[in-house]
Amino acid sequence: MSAQVKRQMLALTGNETIALAMKQIHPDVVAAYPITPSTTVMEKFAEYVANGEVQTELVTVESEHSAMSACIGAATCGVRVMTATSSQGFALMWEMLYVAASLRLPLVMAVVNRALNSNLNIHCDHSDSMGGRDAGWIQLYSEDAQEVYDNLIQAVRIAEHPDVFLPVMVMSDGFYVSHSVFNVTPLSDEEVREFIGTQPRSPYNFLDISNPITVGPVDLPDYYMEHKRLQAEAYYHAKRVVKEIGEEFGKRFGRSYGYFETYGLEDAELVIVIAGTAAGTTRYVVEQLRREGRKVGMLKMRVFRPFPQEEICAALQNAKAVAVLDRSDSFGAFAGPMYTEIRSALYEASSKPKLINRIYGLGGRDLRLSMHMRFFHNLRHCWKVVAMLNATIIWA
Amino acid sequence: MEKAKLKGWRDLHIGGIIVGGATSEAFHTGEWRVQRPVVELDKCINCLFCWVYCPDDAVIVEDGKMKGFDYDHCKGCGICAEECPPKVKCITMIMEEV
Repeated sequence: MSAQVKRQMLALTGNETIALAMKQIHPDVVAAYPITPSTTVMEKFAEYVANGEVQTELVTVESEHSAMSACIGAATCGVRVMTATSSQGFALMWEMLYVAASLRLPLVMAVVNRALNSNLNIHCDHSDSMGGRDAGWIQLYSEDAQEVYDNLIQAVRIAEHPDVFLPVMVMSDGFYVSHSVFNVTPLSDEEVREFIGTQPRSPYNFLDISNPITVGPVDLPDYYMEHKRLQAEAYYHAKRVVKEIGEEFGKRFGRSYGYFETYGLEDAELVIVIAGTAAGTTRYVVEQLRREGRKVGMLKMRVFRPFPQEEICAALQNAKAVAVLDRSDSFGAFAGPMYTEIRSALYEASSKPKLINRIYGLGGRDLRLSMHMRFFHNLRHCWKVVAMLNATIIWA
Repeated sequence: MEKAKLKGWRDLHIGGIIVGGATSEAFHTGEWRVQRPVVELDKCINCLFCWVYCPDDAVIVEDGKMKGFDYDHCKGCGICAEECPPKVKCITMIMEEV
């Protein structure tokens, strides 16, 4: 049915794309506070509200802590709720991120990735969302504006799935996506409405006075752990649901999504694992090296929470060497966050590839083509360097 | 609470919500008490200051008369004994036996 719909390609910035997705999702409540580089999302969405193009209740709060609190309050009443933030704003939401996930509220948040202070830097890295990876939100990373759009539409379905009921954050790289113009082919309003449904689904309704409930009460040692166990169950289901909805999206609209995207991985000996916009650079490098007859490949992470460990293990275990590129460090940890989990996933593999972690692009440092190419060229020998330096991490 | 009476995680409500109203009544905060208020009703003038000031609604009043305390919910703060007028002082705080 949807195949017949004529879709128009638009030239939009990443943030305009997010705002457009929000307009089509048409949430009942949006509470947000502006922060670079996510500011123009709300700027555009506020315009839609002011023009009467959406009937959303837009709450302009005094901080991101309040933004997430207002979102939580609204979501307990069973309405559809969205917000957007970046960096310090994300950090200020910290306490409430856990509350949203523990209360099992199907919020959807666009996170436009930016470095964290100090020193002050407005440019892209993944420190903000990677720092929030244990808060209990589902995390979808996007490479470009089209993926942000598609991820946001799917996020509503994932969050509101009765086996899931968890908040979802959709990431995009600050400035690289947010302020760059892309070719985007959005769905029609009807297609979005059909896909997500006009009636939001929620786990409970605080305002139903004929069925009174208490939300977020004190929980002592006799039950707190049982509630956490119940919450943990949702991520097992989420893993299945994320995949199902990615496939359904593909069947309906022609763009399929899985846990990750692979490029030349089937027979690859050398593999780079990466998330976000730098996957574009990596794809180009893989293409160039493939032309030279080199067996190289890429694995682009999309779903970081729930983490697809079996699938990652199966996809990487036949490679000879794998470099995991993290756009954030986990200071004092074994290595960067993505590397640590991928190395852990490979523990079950029958044959293990050599692994190296590369911390790149912090605070908006470009991943330059020449450097990236050289790195890939040398990956074959990198484990020798690793053994020599007695390190698994390279900063470049 | 007895361990045998606890539910498993599968039987709990999503998001850790509590279903139903006025469920705090079932939670006996009186167990926290160190000192308990004891009233001598023959001295009591039924001014109901204790009832007004009690932060836990634990003073039982029937037909405008002070009848005693709801020990399931009295936390033993002693405000009732403090607010009982100086000329009356019919409420005394005594140590709970351990």
